[in-house]
Amino acid sequence: MRIKNDRKTQLTNFLTYALVIVAFVILQYMSEGKMLTKSMQGYLIPICVYIVLAVSLNLVVGISGELSLGHAGFMGVGAFTGVIIAGIFRDTIDNEILRLALSMVCGGVLAGVAGFVVGIPVLRLRGDYLAIVTLAFGEILKNIFGNLYVGKDINGIQFAFSSEAIKLAEGGKMILKGPMGAAGIKKIATFPVAFVLILITLFVVLNLINSKEGRAIKAIRDNRIAAESVGINVTAFKLKAFVTSAFLAGMAGALFALNYSSVNASQFNFNTSINILVFVVLGGMGNILGSIISTTVLYLVPELLRELQDYRMIIYAIVLIVVMLVTWSPKVKQMIQVVQVRIKDLFKKKDKKGGSVNG
Amino acid sequence: MAEKYSREMVEVISKNLHRQQDLGKVPVLDVRNLGIDFGGLTAVDGFNMTIGPTEISGLIGPNGAGKTTIFNLLTSVYQPTRGSILVNGINTKGMTTAKVNRLGVARTFQNIRLFTDMTALENVKVGMHNSIKCGFISSLLRLPPYFKAEKEANKRAMELLDFMGLADVADTKAGSLPYGVQRRLEIVRALATNPSIILLDEPAAGMNPTETEELMHQIRRIRDTFQIAIFLIEHDMNLVMNVCEGIVVVNYGRIIAKGTPEQIKNDPAVIEAYLGKKEEE
Repeated sequence: MRIKNDRKTQLTNFLTYALVIVAFVILQYMSEGKMLTKSMQGYLIPICVYIVLAVSLNLVVGISGELSLGHAGFMGVGAFTGVIIAGIFRDTIDNEILRLALSMVCGGVLAGVAGFVVGIPVLRLRGDYLAIVTLAFGEILKNIFGNLYVGKDINGIQFAFSSEAIKLAEGGKMILKGPMGAAGIKKIATFPVAFVLILITLFVVLNLINSKEGRAIKAIRDNRIAAESVGINVTAFKLKAFVTSAFLAGMAGALFALNYSSVNASQFNFNTSINILVFVVLGGMGNILGSIISTTVLYLVPELLRELQDYRMIIYAIVLIVVMLVTWSPKVKQMIQVVQVRIKDLFKKKDKKGGSVNG
Repeated sequence: MAEKYSREMVEVISKNLHRQQDLGKVPVLDVRNLGIDFGGLTAVDGFNMTIGPTEISGLIGPNGAGKTTIFNLLTSVYQPTRGSILVNGINTKGMTTAKVNRLGVARTFQNIRLFTDMTALENVKVGMHNSIKCGFISSLLRLPPYFKAEKEANKRAMELLDFMGLADVADTKAGSLPYGVQRRLEIVRALATNPSIILLDEPAAGMNPTETEELMHQIRRIRDTFQIAIFLIEHDMNLVMNVCEGIVVVNYGRIIAKGTPEQIKNDPAVIEAYLGKKEEE
């Protein structure tokens, strides 16, 4: 059956995949040919990580319509789980890709479990209250990892919330040292793996949106009472979106942590959550392609402005405001339309003049 | 109009017919001594009524009489303070709105509640949510069951839209449809849930006389085609008197009269409470 709207979504989805794949091929080619500067090379994986985070948060904020301010918390759960798993299997699994994949999956699953546990009480709330409580849970998750000590020796693995409680045998090693975080991580994250993670994220999120489940989630966002009246279990579907989002954030977190030699809990604070939210809002609520583009641009702007030092955050803020005005303010939109019409008129007049001369 | 239906739809229709024969006289809706208090205010009290499997009933009363409150009680939006509601013989006490819908109660709203950002077709497909048989994993991985289920869902949704004359607007965003069309789309969405009774809250509100006339035919056609019961709130007396087989009149949350349209028209209590005093006419 010909359904116009389906075609349109299919086209947008196709464009999204195509853009990501083309960007990857170009960047991979450039990085192998040493055409990228060293700092640019360093941005590749974090950008991928933030794209995954933004797309997954968009599932909660844009599609499900719930303002969550604790996304960095789930990223942190994934990051520390990933670091611990990678540390534990450092000697047993030789294949780095396999170790990375295992760390990411474990990070994702644990973050998903955290999302489930947090989601049950939190999703009963609405609007501002939900935002406040997710913020609090994000901080709680961050602080748990900020106080967790993990050590590994011949006898096995030890977990504790104080450094004295862990007594390692000869040759044992600390994987996680509370507020100091984890140091001496072997960098096993690679750009191709980051690219695959983006593809997985897009596959999961886009397929979810355009299915029976996605329709139910959008229906709840649009009109909760009507959604209930057609037999949709509101809590279950909100939870599905929330857990899926947390799972993807956890995978991204694990990848993020394994890209650096050290991580600590303060990296997954409120500011990070807000940053991800900014990417989502500026890319457009519920717009996946928009999230990808805005993340790339907004991540690069402050990094590229590093030379301007103190002014860079001012410029970043101005860019944010300008983008917001252009995309949201009705007056500016009107202005743009007027300008467009004028330009069209200009061309029309030229055509007419040309016509009359010829005639 | 009502000739070409898919296999599923025929199944649904025959299932409804079957249920009717099976249950004989078991009513679709059996309400006993229903009441609700909001703080100290008694909004509804002592509400009794039964609706048979293919009956069209009306609920009328002056503004603020508690009509919509009764609908909200029937669909478990509010939990009753007193009394019980039986849908197809099952007590709905403590159930969520979603569960009551799965038991067979669908509704429309006085102030239209469509999913405005979705197309008309998607709105209907949301209504079919529970009848689309396709698991989470299938739709996530785009396995064959997903495509099969989606194809069938599209087909049935289009048939339902066509039934109410809305096939042309299937691709239009629900929010940008004209008012009367939105009302009809809400009815289609309710029908999509395979209900055994459908509650219409002021279906003719905001419609012109021609549209109302059309709606009257459609209400009868819904009952005849799907063999379901219909319970409606309406202020348009022409519609109520013409379409409904039984009418309940409420005022201040209590039933003041019950009967056929003829009986209601001549009931002095109704005339006084609702239609105004005789001298004024």
